[in-house]
Amino acid sequence: MKRNVSIKSMKYEDFNDNEYIEQMLKELRDNGTNVIVGCLDDVIEWGRSNSLWPLTFATSCCGIEFMAIGAARYDFARFGFEVARSSPRQADFIMVAGTITNKMAPVLKRLYDQMADPKYVIATGGCAISGGPFKKSYHVVNGVDKIIPVDVYIPGCPPRPEAMLYGLMQLQRKVKAQRFLGGINKGISEKEYEKMMRKDTSRTEDYRDYDESGLA
Amino acid sequence: MRTTSNIDMENKLDIKEKIAAMEPSAVWSDAGDGMFRVPVSSFRPLAEKLKNEEGFDFLRSLTGMDWGEEGLGCVYHLENTATGENVVISTADADRDNARVPSVHDLWKGANFNEREAYDFFGIKFVGHPDLRRLFLRDDWQGHPLRKDYDMALNPLNMENEGNEDEAPSYEMTPDGGYILRRHPLFEDQEYVINIGPQHPATHGVLRFRVSLEGETIKKIDVHSGYIHRGIEKLCESLTYPQTLALTDRLDYLGAMQNRHALCACIEKAMGLEVSDRIKCIRTIMDELQRIDSHLLFIACLSQDMGALEVFFLGFRDREKVLDILEQTTGGRLIQTYNTIGGVQADIHPDFMKKTKEFIRYMRPKMREYQEIFTDNVIVRKRLTGTGILSREDAISFGATGGSGRASGWACDVRKRHPYAMYDKVDFEEITFAAGDCFDRYMVRVKEIEQSLNIIEQLIDNIPEGEWQMKVKPVIKLPAGSWYTAVEGSRGEFGVFIESRGDKFPYRVKFRSTGLPLVSCIDTISRNAKIADLIAIGGTLDYVVPDIDR
Ligand code: SF4
Repeated sequence: MKRNVSIKSMKYEDFNDNEYIEQMLKELRDNGTNVIVGCLDDVIEWGRSNSLWPLTFATSCCGIEFMAIGAARYDFARFGFEVARSSPRQADFIMVAGTITNKMAPVLKRLYDQMADPKYVIATGGCAISGGPFKKSYHVVNGVDKIIPVDVYIPGCPPRPEAMLYGLMQLQRKVKAQRFLGGINKGISEKEYEKMMRKDTSRTEDYRDYDESGLA
Repeated sequence: MRTTSNIDMENKLDIKEKIAAMEPSAVWSDAGDGMFRVPVSSFRPLAEKLKNEEGFDFLRSLTGMDWGEEGLGCVYHLENTATGENVVISTADADRDNARVPSVHDLWKGANFNEREAYDFFGIKFVGHPDLRRLFLRDDWQGHPLRKDYDMALNPLNMENEGNEDEAPSYEMTPDGGYILRRHPLFEDQEYVINIGPQHPATHGVLRFRVSLEGETIKKIDVHSGYIHRGIEKLCESLTYPQTLALTDRLDYLGAMQNRHALCACIEKAMGLEVSDRIKCIRTIMDELQRIDSHLLFIACLSQDMGALEVFFLGFRDREKVLDILEQTTGGRLIQTYNTIGGVQADIHPDFMKKTKEFIRYMRPKMREYQEIFTDNVIVRKRLTGTGILSREDAISFGATGGSGRASGWACDVRKRHPYAMYDKVDFEEITFAAGDCFDRYMVRVKEIEQSLNIIEQLIDNIPEGEWQMKVKPVIKLPAGSWYTAVEGSRGEFGVFIESRGDKFPYRVKFRSTGLPLVSCIDTISRNAKIADLIAIGGTLDYVVPDIDR
């Protein structure tokens, strides 16, 4: 079945890197889907890609440009991104805007873990991609992909708002090229993913003396 | 108004003689700006005399230093706010493994966080400091990164969640001359402590507070920073002077122009280079445009924090107009990388003057809009008036400069105190208020936008002809010595301290953060406020977290 990844805001041909999305579509086709599930998926992905909610997350300079695309001139409400959530539980994607330092890294990981699946990560700016101008520092993580999986990279220092919108639209297309029902799109197998989650959750045992009832 | 450097010189001579008389062991060195070196044993008595008898009530900057063989120590930049006198004192302890310097946190409150920073970076133990925890790095961090002998491999990325240190260590002197380490609990067992941040929209970036509450009333705030500590000062030590410029824009990105202006001015001062009037004028205009940009963003964010989302859009709408002007000339929106050593990156765009004048005409009536929608709003007035009062004495003692200091009645504007660029040739008013509450802090910024427009208006038609880039050698070496230069950043005194040993690379660069004094006073001014007021207090202090953490 042919999946449609075109989005309203920009023509398919105008995107520079259509090969990767073709590749994703091919994988989707090769795996085969049942017609009903496929159609349902189509509708769900259409809805999801047009209402992606970001987490209000910014650590430094790039964050100001992220605010700028939320404001009047660039207005990402046109694409359905405007409902910025302060709680990771309600967010669909996290836009890592700014430098991630060693001290912040575990916090970012925790925020990512707290988000509900399916979730996405956009690495915004040189710092989030590779450490940027601070690559050689003793306290900067050289790329957030070292700690969480990244879906879209937006280069720049800071990226122009237009570039950010382009990156966000790429994410929309990526969402459209995914299967919502019966598949996890993490870049790792389902088994591995489960193992990872189990490892994460079993850590709570250390805090056994913590009384969750709230009656302590 | 003191404008000529002659008066500065006289003052310096004067205080120089006084210090020589007060403390015979103090050695004056002429390299660079010149400073006194005192042995550790006589540092504390001298500091007390300077503060209590000579009126040096403002600690401009405290810089930790690793002087190699000479040991570890600090450089203190002091100012007398009544007379404008300045003096630089340094002290060092040759025992590198156990460097001890007496704490001055009780003389200048601003020293508290600065000493914690110096402990964090250099491992200097400040005797008598009540809470000598690390300020930026994790408590389990190995070593002290700004030391010259720090091993970069010591601290690989640690993904374990960080624990909380619940005790504050302090080094105290025993009567027999030894030292003991004491630990004091930060919070009592019964206290109700909540955590705000580091990921919280109201902290304006990744800053973390541990707040002790009684009901809704704040009892104490323990500030944790360092979540965006990027090690810029250490990075600078391995970069040539022109390369260091790239990093300043990213400190306080809402004062990018001014930060870079300060660093360029400091290097130019050390080189003995005087830039043309055209460059000075362009820099002044750019600094003021940046200030307007920053203050508009301040209003936008404050209103958003308080739930008035509409003003957020208004602020960004007008801010984009400033960015358009900046972008046309510099090519950058947020980060312009415009100033260079001895000039600017490119001459102003042919349309620059026309556009700037258009902007001034556009912006003036818009200020009324903010007045009507936000300033005169009854909720805004109720929430801001009378909350988070910072007294004038505290503002000086903490070194809380910028709009926050001026709201408390302290005329601390570097543009007036130590005029640079074109500021002694333009006519503008230094806005000060008296109450020091959130509302005054807000009003200072609003009024300063108007003053900035005035400054630009006076200069825009009178940009002198001349070079926009002086001739500078491609490889820049500064003579041995140390220099400090400050400019009025968007949120206070932004200073640059450079120590050179005659190389292409600086030996030490320290940026006097505008935000660090502001967060260090947040505990004092929020006590007994309601937890909801913390949002307004943090918003009006107007700090930028990467500038605090550097
Ligand atoms: S990429 Fe550049 S603009 Fe973005 S956070 Fe890093 S330094 Fe700042």
